[in-house]
Amino acid sequence: MADKGMAADIAIDHAGGDVVLRVSGDWTLANAASLDARVRKILASSTNATRIDVSGLGRLDTTGAQLLLALRGDHADPEFLGQIGEERSSLLHTVSEAMRAPVSPALPQTWSPLDLLERIGRGMQTLGRNALQLLGFVGLVLQSFAASMFVPRRWRTTSLVFHIEQTGLDAVPIVALLSFLIGAVIAFLGATVLRDFGATLFTVELVSYSFLREFGVLLTAILIAGRSGSAFTAQIGSMKMREEIDAIRTLGLDPVHVLVLPRVLALVIAMPLLSFLAIIAGIIGGAAVCALSLDISPTMFISRFQETTTLRHLWVGLGKAPIFAFLIAAIGCLEGFKVSGSAESVGEHTTSSVVQSIFVVILVDALAAIFFMEIDV
Amino acid sequence: MTEADVIIRVQGLRNQFGTQVVHENLDLEVRRGEIVGVVGGSGSGKSVLLRSIIGLREPTAGSVEVFGQNIASLTDTQRTQLETRYGVLFQNGALFSSLSVRDNVLVPLREHFDLPNDLLQRIATLKIALAGLPADAADKFPAELSGGMVKRAALARALALDPEILFLDEPTAGLDPIGAAAFDQLILTLRDSLGFSVLLITHDLDTLYTICDRVAVLANKRVVVAAPLAEVERYDDAWIREYFGGPRGRSAHKAALAATGH
Repeated sequence: MADKGMAADIAIDHAGGDVVLRVSGDWTLANAASLDARVRKILASSTNATRIDVSGLGRLDTTGAQLLLALRGDHADPEFLGQIGEERSSLLHTVSEAMRAPVSPALPQTWSPLDLLERIGRGMQTLGRNALQLLGFVGLVLQSFAASMFVPRRWRTTSLVFHIEQTGLDAVPIVALLSFLIGAVIAFLGATVLRDFGATLFTVELVSYSFLREFGVLLTAILIAGRSGSAFTAQIGSMKMREEIDAIRTLGLDPVHVLVLPRVLALVIAMPLLSFLAIIAGIIGGAAVCALSLDISPTMFISRFQETTTLRHLWVGLGKAPIFAFLIAAIGCLEGFKVSGSAESVGEHTTSSVVQSIFVVILVDALAAIFFMEIDV
Repeated sequence: MTEADVIIRVQGLRNQFGTQVVHENLDLEVRRGEIVGVVGGSGSGKSVLLRSIIGLREPTAGSVEVFGQNIASLTDTQRTQLETRYGVLFQNGALFSSLSVRDNVLVPLREHFDLPNDLLQRIATLKIALAGLPADAADKFPAELSGGMVKRAALARALALDPEILFLDEPTAGLDPIGAAAFDQLILTLRDSLGFSVLLITHDLDTLYTICDRVAVLANKRVVVAAPLAEVERYDDAWIREYFGGPRGRSAHKAALAATGH
């Protein structure tokens, strides 16, 4: 119906005392814009039409019928429906019935500065609610863990191993590669700055300290939040959507125990291992740059590394890994449970899960850095 | 019925997934103004047939003509133009979940026609009312609607461009009997007043008995018979006998007879 067909029009005919509106052409959606303008003009002018002549009418669809009925207005023309033919009169009848239904006006879309305040307020409220929910959920997971820890029969070993493979083993290549590259970048940065002081050798400390204490575990946490935290949300979210969570409940099982514990434990086990790998890869990246462009041979790198670095830096770094893992997994699962009916909501909560876990990880990392500085480790 | 009255003609259709042949040499015709119901067992390829006709699936062989145009040979522009002439109601409504019912109806109108906003709003309001939805449903989102209302909202969207053919995929599936009967009546009323043709897929025997002018039975990879229901019931085929002669078939038949007063 994209073709315009016969042009539609309304002619005003003064025949004696009668004012006749002669309708012609195709009254279809394609002509609706011009017809609508015409109808309004006639209705606005004080043309007191007594009759509508539809003998010249071409095609008529629902939109055309709607406009025709609007043109007729309130003064019912007794002949009007009669002369239009049976088929069309039933169309007009159905449309006029539908038009009589009460109309709800489209919601006005206005904006005021107050809305901005309202949004900020809502945002804060959501933030507070999310924090409370997360604390509650962490408690729930710990409780569930405590309840099943000493009951080997209730251990979900298969599920646990599956998730360790998915979140740990499968993430090895990406974590190792990215850490290697970041290690190389840090070595370059350090070398550029330190060269001015003639202290190029300190690049070794820069790379090893930063990776042992911070970057190894932080990089892994961010990657895992994007890779596994989001996957947890999507998995649990789509199960929630298909009422699988409800099914688990009605079968007398505990969703936290069945779905959350294996994921949380898997990540708590996998993440320190991945972080260790990231630390090694990052230091190798640094060593590679040192060897290739700073004339610090690998042997020199290792001996310098051994001289200056103590083991406690590794513990400071790796100690954070299980905490980050727990938080990422808990947020991922919690967001999954928050999914409601629609598929869109799965996407929303997946995004939210990644944003929240990265935020929480960096926040906790900053707090830990201050703590370790204060106690002088 | 003259040749010109045939608006959908499927000839020698063959659909194949890997080694599994779903349709083989399938023929079907739909004439102007009639309501044709397609029935068949689960997995008999009803939905695949529908998808082939509306052009969502390219058949392995055979031709599908809609309004006398072979859809396989159309250019993209012609295809789009053809698509504005039919409305499709998907089984689960397929409403855009990020848009309100009103905006869902407005999507095709905004895309294909350049109309002033207040006229668009009036047209959308009319379609929503035609589909039998209460006025306050217009600004709700699909997630807030009940199953029956989703179908009606989807129908309002399918009616947006005044289609000449309406394709319905299981229109009454998931509705309660009262809602299903009301929906059947709505389709019938709209067909009578707006004058479109309907091709529907259904499992609902009541729908077949109350609104279908002809019924096409899909079995053994083809349309076994396509005729008015009375003829189909008498057709000699094991599946058809079981389908219409079973307890559900008999009760639907009785209900239909009672309703028409025979």
